Amino acid sequence: MATLTPTVPSPSSTPATKLRRHQWLSIIGQAIRTPRGAIGLTLSTLIVLLAAIGPSVAPYNPDYFVGAPFAKPSGQFLLGTDYLGRDVLSRTLDGGWELLVMALAATVFGLLVGASAGISAAYLRGRSDGLIMRTVDVILAFPQLVFALLLVSILGPKLWLIVLAVGFSHAPAVARVLRSATLDVSERDFVKAVELQGMRSSTVMRKEILPNLISPIMVEAGLRLTYSIVIMAGLSYLTFGPPPPLANWGTDIGLNQLGLAPAANLWSVVVPATLIALLTIGTNTFTDAIARVAIGVDRKPEEAVLIDNIGLQTA
Amino acid sequence: MTTMSDDSAAAPVEPPTPNDGRGHARLEVKDLRICLGESGPDVVSEVSFSVRAGQVLGLVGESGSGKTTVALALLGHARRGLVISNGSVLLDGADVLSLDRKHLEALRGAKVAYVPQDPSASLNPTLRIGSQLKEALQVHPEASEDVDERVAQVMAEAHIDASPAMLRRYPHQLSGGQQQRVAIAMAFSCRPSLIVLDEPTTGLDVTTQRHVLDTVRTLCRTYGVAAVYVSHDLAVVGGLVADVAVMYAGRVIELGTTAQVFGSPVHPYSRGLLAAVPSPDRAEMLTGIDGQPPRPGRRPPGCSFAPRCSFVIDACRSTTPEPVMAAGRAVRCLRASEIEEKEAARTAIVTHPVADASLRAPVLTLRDVLVRYGSAPVLSGINLDVMPESCLAVVGESGSGKTTLARCIVGLHQNWTGDMSFEGTRLAAGARRRPKELLQRVQYIFQNPYTSLNPRKTVGQIVSQPLEHFFDLSLAERSQKVQRVLEDVSLGADFFNRYPDQLSGGERQRVAIARALVVEPDLLVCDEVTSALDVSVQAIIVELLRRLQSEHHLAMIFITHNLALVRSIAQDAVVLCEGRLVESGTVDDVLEHPKEAYTMRLMEDVPKLARAGVAWEAAPQPAGAAALLA
Repeated sequence: MATLTPTVPSPSSTPATKLRRHQWLSIIGQAIRTPRGAIGLTLSTLIVLLAAIGPSVAPYNPDYFVGAPFAKPSGQFLLGTDYLGRDVLSRTLDGGWELLVMALAATVFGLLVGASAGISAAYLRGRSDGLIMRTVDVILAFPQLVFALLLVSILGPKLWLIVLAVGFSHAPAVARVLRSATLDVSERDFVKAVELQGMRSSTVMRKEILPNLISPIMVEAGLRLTYSIVIMAGLSYLTFGPPPPLANWGTDIGLNQLGLAPAANLWSVVVPATLIALLTIGTNTFTDAIARVAIGVDRKPEEAVLIDNIGLQTA
Repeated sequence: MTTMSDDSAAAPVEPPTPNDGRGHARLEVKDLRICLGESGPDVVSEVSFSVRAGQVLGLVGESGSGKTTVALALLGHARRGLVISNGSVLLDGADVLSLDRKHLEALRGAKVAYVPQDPSASLNPTLRIGSQLKEALQVHPEASEDVDERVAQVMAEAHIDASPAMLRRYPHQLSGGQQQRVAIAMAFSCRPSLIVLDEPTTGLDVTTQRHVLDTVRTLCRTYGVAAVYVSHDLAVVGGLVADVAVMYAGRVIELGTTAQVFGSPVHPYSRGLLAAVPSPDRAEMLTGIDGQPPRPGRRPPGCSFAPRCSFVIDACRSTTPEPVMAAGRAVRCLRASEIEEKEAARTAIVTHPVADASLRAPVLTLRDVLVRYGSAPVLSGINLDVMPESCLAVVGESGSGKTTLARCIVGLHQNWTGDMSFEGTRLAAGARRRPKELLQRVQYIFQNPYTSLNPRKTVGQIVSQPLEHFFDLSLAERSQKVQRVLEDVSLGADFFNRYPDQLSGGERQRVAIARALVVEPDLLVCDEVTSALDVSVQAIIVELLRRLQSEHHLAMIFITHNLALVRSIAQDAVVLCEGRLVESGTVDDVLEHPKEAYTMRLMEDVPKLARAGVAWEAAPQPAGAAALLA
């Protein structure tokens, strides 16, 4: 009889083995350590902090008319006033958090719907696949903003509706990405192994497949968050957002457009626009860093070879 | 499998200009060292060997031994992240490693050719094979005067039908064997000095494999080409090459003629490797080598093999052995001269417990089973019985339908008709239609342990999951059972919290076996469970399965393309050919007195170590050994 005492390999510390229980934490951790990730995260964190702390440090009540319309920046109003004579700085500090919360909620909703649809389509195949993906095609035929506008203009600008509309308009793209990722995973033998036990489809998807989709889900989450911010701001700009006088970066850009005239106060437009731009650049850069870590573009060559050597490639 | 070229009578190849290049070393590798990054640990070091014109050197080793890294270095190439930091590769006296990019490009394809492992991946799927064959000749116009004529010539040499229709085909329209022939024809088209073959027959069945090997050997001789043949399959190498270099942990540890190394290996690793190779002629106990080779950067001081070596002495752990001459070949072992004297302990004959078959009803019976893919039948008229506590081997070449048969039995493939019953209960098509109890009693082990374990779950979770599903046990009972079954497959309790990516291939397959056994099945279906593993690991897994089968009183279906393995594990065998059962009986009957021509051919084509060196004039001293010693 062959001697069968297994030798115990020393716990290895290659990057491949780091990706485990809290894979998403480890991906974020590695992403932060790349220059791209660090810049992106710093940028978006700064804007988020500004939006979060802003309301409590605003010098004036953002809704009060405290000066002349379009007053230039002065000692009294650091960024001047808007078209109704409200303090631009106060409105800027106050007008971000709502946008952020709504964007976040829409992203979560979109991911939930899209991921469930995509994973089910890929795993169940057949008729369910056809039904889900054709629906997705129909929704995809509308540009995202137009689709959201359509829903909001039919049902009225209610906050929850905007969140649902934007989230729902993300679902098709998410569904497509996760469908293709699931198609790959669900053909692997470990899925067949639990199917052979007669495990229910929903359990297979939840317990066996989902944990293997963390990378694409994270990348999608970042991407959709960026889009949510832009669409939310866009809807507000088109006056489909939260109704005035509530301070909101998107709404303020729209209402203060006149301020771009040379005699007026251009800061009332430039400041909220810049903040939105910086925020989306930040989230997008960070997402890019995550994608590179998760998919492996930025892996060091030495690490790539080590992973090859321990046979991680699947036949 | 009907490959039009494979059985076409070999067109006589006209030997071209007599080559007088034979005798001198065409390729000389000296002290090659390849590192991970500029300052990283070495992947390959102190590799030296030489190959004469017309000769094939076998570079043998298990996965991770550095054999492919060395092979690529012969083309002046290092994979991403690797740096060739030392040594020289002299081709006809010129150093390949000192060439700049432009000269390397001129060299590759023309003077050095490479045949990769998987032709279906290396041939461009969007180009007709005619244009792919011409490509190299067009890039190197100096290699031939008439491109079309040369293409026709190399195709004839590689035994591919050179008709215009063939040239217009795309790679996917060829069989695996034909694709590999095209790759070989491409490699020989510029009449190179050196050909590097990287496991070119791994994906092919035995018959095609032998044809391809014969072609390579003939071509090398005819044109005085030096060839380096990289392989993990010792039996294949044994039949093909004159000299063998065995690699372990990035070093050549034994280099000699094929007859020397395979006939009477000296290095403990070579001995272990050969003891693990199953023999098609006798039922033998297979002995594996425990543990796994150390990865680059984790190699122990002294001899890298010391932790797994049964001849180890204290000095091995501190002194790195230099190559010494022992029994006519170069060996890197401190105790070479002592070990040389010892007979290689070649394995006891296994006696299978003879179950009194007449008294017992079969566990599983198949009657007139017809399996289809879509509407096309892939298996028909399948009748077989699996007796309790015995092992039935299902043998066949790739494409014979053996895996499909297994998938029907366990319920992964649903499109079949006929009668399949398990202890008298009719089996429904498809696992979801079968009662839970039945699913628990028939367990399946997948071919590839790299995909059959969920990478996001620990070993403990993977093994206890079927228990949760099938039984209503308390947590304590469950973990007790998991622990017991892990011990059964020789994995300690410390594996409980590991993830699959921390395990070697053999360990993964043991986890897969544990997952199947933990629910105490009656029938175990093993689908090519060792084909993804190294030969030393294969031996351990086969022995493990045999032991578990008798301890747990299991009936087993063992599916394999490796006829030699059948001897070591099974009592009964059936042979599948193109979807039909062509032969069945006890293993001895089927292998020793095959009735069908197909089975006979299969037996003849099995590469055997005994064929080693047959076709080669005995060289008194291996050509490469001197290089290693220098």
